Amino acid sequence: MNQAPAPASHVRPSLLPTGRLRPLARFLKATELDTRMLGLVGALLLIWIAFHVLSGGLFLTPRNLWNLSVQSSSVAIMATGMALVIVTRNVDLSVGSMLGFIGMIMGVIQADLLPKLLGFDHPATWLVALAAGLLLGVILGALQGFVIAYLGIPSFIVTLGGLLVWRGAAWWVTSGQTVAPLDSTFRLMGGGPDGSIGAGWSWAVGLVACAAVVLLLAHGRARRKKVQFPLRPMAAEVFLGGIACAAILAAVAIVNAYPWPIGSVRRFAEAHHIALPEGGLFIAHGIAVPVLIVIGVGVAMTFLATRTRFGRYVYAIGGNPEAAELAGVDTRWVIMKIFMLMGLLAAIAGAISIARLNAATNSEGTLAELLVIAAAVIGGTSLAGGVGTVAGAMLGAVLMQSLQSGMVLLGVDTPLQSIVVGAVLVVAVGLDTVYRRRTQ
Amino acid sequence: MNAACIPLVEMRDISIAFGGIHAVDRASIDLYEGEVMALVGHNGAGKSTLIKILSGACARDSGTIAIRGAEAIIANPRDARAYGIETIYQTLALADNVDAAANLFLGRELRTRWGTLDDIAMEAEARKVMGRLNPHFQRFKDPVKRLSGGQRQSVAIARAILFDANILIMDEPTAALGPQETAQVGELVRKLKAGGIGIFLISHDIHDVFDLADRICVMKNGRIVGTARVADVTKDEVLGMIILGKCPPAAVPGPGAVN
Repeated sequence: MNQAPAPASHVRPSLLPTGRLRPLARFLKATELDTRMLGLVGALLLIWIAFHVLSGGLFLTPRNLWNLSVQSSSVAIMATGMALVIVTRNVDLSVGSMLGFIGMIMGVIQADLLPKLLGFDHPATWLVALAAGLLLGVILGALQGFVIAYLGIPSFIVTLGGLLVWRGAAWWVTSGQTVAPLDSTFRLMGGGPDGSIGAGWSWAVGLVACAAVVLLLAHGRARRKKVQFPLRPMAAEVFLGGIACAAILAAVAIVNAYPWPIGSVRRFAEAHHIALPEGGLFIAHGIAVPVLIVIGVGVAMTFLATRTRFGRYVYAIGGNPEAAELAGVDTRWVIMKIFMLMGLLAAIAGAISIARLNAATNSEGTLAELLVIAAAVIGGTSLAGGVGTVAGAMLGAVLMQSLQSGMVLLGVDTPLQSIVVGAVLVVAVGLDTVYRRRTQ
Repeated sequence: MNAACIPLVEMRDISIAFGGIHAVDRASIDLYEGEVMALVGHNGAGKSTLIKILSGACARDSGTIAIRGAEAIIANPRDARAYGIETIYQTLALADNVDAAANLFLGRELRTRWGTLDDIAMEAEARKVMGRLNPHFQRFKDPVKRLSGGQRQSVAIARAILFDANILIMDEPTAALGPQETAQVGELVRKLKAGGIGIFLISHDIHDVFDLADRICVMKNGRIVGTARVADVTKDEVLGMIILGKCPPAAVPGPGAVN
């Protein structure tokens, strides 16, 4: 993607050094895709293929990819918010501890408080526990955001304090005891054979997503036509739509190719009084519930970042806080809202984490803040502020998780895993810095 | 510019101190419709600070501001905008990483009926207003940090005139510009003035001031030396006010005048 430096997009055509652009580069330019994002996707594919080859064909299997999607979900959810936090030149070091504390509270509510009031596994339990957790997340975020935005204490310090305070609070909830088992409905948020939507629904989700892609492209084209803006060439539109739909359907096919383990199938057969046929029964996992949540969060956060005033202000503040203030943006309120949003996302990630574990422990989410920040930064978020995307941060989370699970598959020692992840973080940001300098 | 009219802006006895230093000391200044009032003085004379109080970027310690005769409460830039006060800052306060249209509409975005940003409408509007100001401007998709000084200046000016301002504050509007663009800004000032807008023009360039302004107000060490009609004073007299604080007979002396 670096074969030709892309010229500034809207120079007069006569100034375009067309002779220097090769056909592929010209076509990519016509699609108006972000080349940095393409680079990230390329790096991810490269890592996947390398692990696949090195592990002797273990990495690119439905089972591993499905697991990868579930394992990435909690970090990916928080990374979408962290990208925006970092865009405004702040940082949130407390997300891992917040996740742990909120997870403990949600655990206690559903495993201890509500069963006493409503009885064990009451249908409303999961909803009450989740709602309380989300509310708590917003409150914790608001508290930190208020101190940062209105009292002017640097976010690094406030959230470093939060990292210690919320971790201590998580221990305090039950004096360090693990809370288990959790509500069976709540547990669906963690994935597993039950926490997946099966083949039929997965295809339905895939088809809806494809339809949404096509509608979005068509709508954008119609809007541009209406005000007579330059249109993308039709070939580029078809190419974009085709690639996106193919990727979506391929992903669905992969998660549908991962069958339930034999134990779950046997239990299912017993429960439904089906005679287990010779050689077992193929029941597909389909998309895991936490992955559906990630997709929902990703779409919502992208919408928030690109289509709303809030998102516009986030980027404007990141580019020049003083200018945003002078332009009449209530910068403090925007900053406080960002931290509230971050708290909410930490709560969602917390729900997924404890549901997956079927237990709330006070150490849940330890060091998660560093993975989340690393994911946002690998995904192209600049610590200098003003630059970063939600999609990039999510890809960054998948990339980090791919490295980790790939190394586990290869049997790499834990200390070496840390060394590799740390080195990759620095190298990735280094490459990005060089790329940015070249395209400026 | 009828003296009997109620002034568009009347700032009275404005003072502000930063850690014991009187950046602005009992300054009074007024502005009428369709008038250009130049504010001149050395660096650190308090011009920018005085004007930042009007634009809501600085909080005053004492004094009153009246807009069209009624006392105005201006605590932040949003309040100032509500009174129709627009400011072009010396530093060209632009959000560097978003494009021209996003900057023009920053804080006042156009939205679709769903409440989402209407980027296409904003870009169309931006193309219109930029077409009037700077017809060569084509870089609507680039973040403004990639633009030249003159292009950034046109974005800053376009932002100020896009929303029918009554009062325009221009803090060194030509500092970043070449001669041709400076002439364009002069042309624009005359056009806006003819449209009845009152303009505060802060400038170092005494020639610019004599070209564009109707009245001139000189500040020194945070105090106003004097205010005069441009027609009544010479450039040398104005320089005397700036350098020595000496108020000529044709000017109305302020608290900063030396006897």
